[in-house]
Amino acid sequence: MTDVASLWSYLATTPLIWLTTTILAYLVADGVAQRFGNPPWANPVLMSVLLIAPMLWLTQTEYATYFEGAQFIHFLLGPATVALALPLWDNRDTIKTSVAPILLALIAGSLVAAGSAILLARAFGLQMEVLLSLAPKSTTAPVALGISEAIGGIPALTAVLVILTGIIGAVTVTPVMNMLRITDWRARGFAVGVAAHGIGTARAFQVNPVAGAYAGIAMALNALLTSLIVPLLVRWLV
Amino acid sequence: MLQTLGLLLGCQLLGEITVRGFSLSIPGPVLGLALLVMLLRTIPTLAERLRPTITIILANLSFLFVPAGVGVIGNLAVLSQDGIALLVILTLSTVLSMLAAVGTFIGVRHLTERWTA
Repeated sequence: MTDVASLWSYLATTPLIWLTTTILAYLVADGVAQRFGNPPWANPVLMSVLLIAPMLWLTQTEYATYFEGAQFIHFLLGPATVALALPLWDNRDTIKTSVAPILLALIAGSLVAAGSAILLARAFGLQMEVLLSLAPKSTTAPVALGISEAIGGIPALTAVLVILTGIIGAVTVTPVMNMLRITDWRARGFAVGVAAHGIGTARAFQVNPVAGAYAGIAMALNALLTSLIVPLLVRWLV
Repeated sequence: MLQTLGLLLGCQLLGEITVRGFSLSIPGPVLGLALLVMLLRTIPTLAERLRPTITIILANLSFLFVPAGVGVIGNLAVLSQDGIALLVILTLSTVLSMLAAVGTFIGVRHLTERWTA
């Protein structure tokens, strides 16, 4: 029988172990979330990350090594985004009657997402590069990284801020909307899609299919709008 | 399942090619989404054939963000001394943005409903 060290050195070179770990961690996290009825605090992304991170730390595994396995999951974000076409199609009749609320809520949400981030960063006296990295945080990661680079931010910092924004939106949307007694699933879903992109959209699908559909629309439209308005806001507010 | 995956990837691929070809500032998958909606308009019967696989994908959407989430933990050092300020800003800004969007959505919906009623 081979010893543990050589078994580990073999496993560490294949994508298998971290791919499996990611799936198992998510199953545990999602199981816990469902057990409690998907409460906002039991966010499956956050819980999975908190399960996997200590394992990487204990095994002294670099993120690049982890990602060799996890990339197969990460890759599916592309086709999953395309898949949002189906809920959009299913809701086409109500979408047609709410074109005005959709477009105006998109503009308001997107302007406030970027504008408030810039103004708050100034109020906190953050450095210019950090402020610029923060501005596109509410849009989907590939768009946000492109904007950050174009306006002089730090893309690596933006990547972290985008994911944190998604988790914050996913955790806060339910209590905030319940507190305001908002019962319109279209409006609730749309708001979290504008403010917290895909992770917010995933939360919306967890709660209600109509909310999920509207979150998907909001995320897709905000990917278009943010790249137009962030450079303008930076010019006006900085 | 394979047909659905093939179609989703095909739409994404066409999206990526178009985005790169015309140097657009939108992600390929978002254009792929728009392509698939157009395809569904042309062939409405496609919806039911895509539904089983897409339902599974969207029910597990959170799962797909785990690798990127793990990347954040490894990269928290980029927040440097601004960590607390950034968390406060992100929370305030995200909640403000949701409030602006939800308020506008509901306000405009009321106005347009009164207009058309």
